[in-house]
Amino acid sequence: MELLAFGDTGWGDELFYATLMTIAVSITAMLIGFLFALIFTPLKLSKYKSLNLIGNFYTTVIRGVPELLVIYLFFFGGSGAIMYVASIFGYYEYIEINAFITGSFAIGIISGAYSTEVFRGAIQSIDKGQFEASKVLGIKKYIQFYKIILPQMLRLAIPNLSNVWQITLKDTSLISVTGLVEIMRQSYIAAGSTRDPLFFYSFAAVLYLLLTFLSMKLINRLEIKYSRGF
Amino acid sequence: MDLELMINSFPKLLNASVITLKLLSLSLFFGLFIGLLFAIMRMSKNVILNRFAYGYSYLFRGTPLLVQIFIIYFGFGQIEFIRNSFLWIILKEPYWCAIIAFALNTGAYTSEILRSAFQTIKKGYIEAGKSLGISSKIIFYKIQIPIAIRQSLPAYGNEIILMLKGTSLASTVTLMDLTGVAKYIISTTFKPIEVFIVAGSIYLFMTFLIHNFIKFLERRYNY
Repeated sequence: MELLAFGDTGWGDELFYATLMTIAVSITAMLIGFLFALIFTPLKLSKYKSLNLIGNFYTTVIRGVPELLVIYLFFFGGSGAIMYVASIFGYYEYIEINAFITGSFAIGIISGAYSTEVFRGAIQSIDKGQFEASKVLGIKKYIQFYKIILPQMLRLAIPNLSNVWQITLKDTSLISVTGLVEIMRQSYIAAGSTRDPLFFYSFAAVLYLLLTFLSMKLINRLEIKYSRGF
Repeated sequence: MDLELMINSFPKLLNASVITLKLLSLSLFFGLFIGLLFAIMRMSKNVILNRFAYGYSYLFRGTPLLVQIFIIYFGFGQIEFIRNSFLWIILKEPYWCAIIAFALNTGAYTSEILRSAFQTIKKGYIEAGKSLGISSKIIFYKIQIPIAIRQSLPAYGNEIILMLKGTSLASTVTLMDLTGVAKYIISTTFKPIEVFIVAGSIYLFMTFLIHNFIKFLERRYNY
């Protein structure tokens, strides 16, 4: 227990901040994932074959390639790509991107592929009559989406999105390879300097369990809220 | 694009994928037994067995695979008792540590897949077997298990693909699997995109083969 003391003598405060970092990265990644899903879900559902192909390419590649490989691509290739874009605009200095941004972007792209599949499934399982009825009533396309499709879709999507959230939360542990100090990285540092890896990695496992447990509780509430009336 | 690097790194990466496949097949093999054992425990009426199996699957599904590997590889070596016992012969090798972690992890997911498969078996099948005077042991082996395997094939196919991706974590405990070699080539040449394309294609090819193999089995055992 001494090892977990707050302040200079223990690792309590460091691990606390690392946990906050894990939460921050997970939420950012999840939001970036939604952004990707917002772009790729319409592509996958589009009636044009070429757009379908782009959408399918994204979800197939990302879901078929290990997360760690994607993270290495961003970690080693991220600043190179940014510098290349900057050089087009005539900026030739070295640019280093922050590990938080690289990490949450890499995890976000992965999370986005799963979210895309969830949204696609949810939209496809909405009764066709709903689309037709709103068309017949002359409701505008975007009002139809926000007021009719989205509320029904969310109810169907939330249980699956909670799975995506769990995957995203656990995937953030992989960002530790880039040096971002989240739970895994902090445990690695603490284990190295105290030579007590068993204790710190077990404690990391407890922290992850706590995070998944608490987020499940929260999501269950959302689920109840959105399934009102069913 | 550095085509030469892509061509040169291809045989190295292909070689490394042998280790990936070895890790995958061994952990799936052990994981299937662990999964079946815990699925049976989950369905037992004994509260202690039931709770234990639930706790096991909750623990392994609620924590990242990386933590599990690190606890087994770095953590267990710290315990004096393990270092002095015969277990140390296995646990000092990163290869076996990775397989143990993967097998325990996939075992937890497999137990959930099998449990839900067993639960969806229609009661009529078991009752029909009983009324024909077949012993409950034979009902389990000859009726319940084959149906459960067929039911769980699609979900288990996904689990195999997830596990294939999971084996990439072996590179964090010094194993040179496909991802490990890819990282090595990236960090020596600083050409991440080229290496990613080659290594990613090999992974995708393996995913493709697994996917089609499962599809084939699904068609074959369709009823």
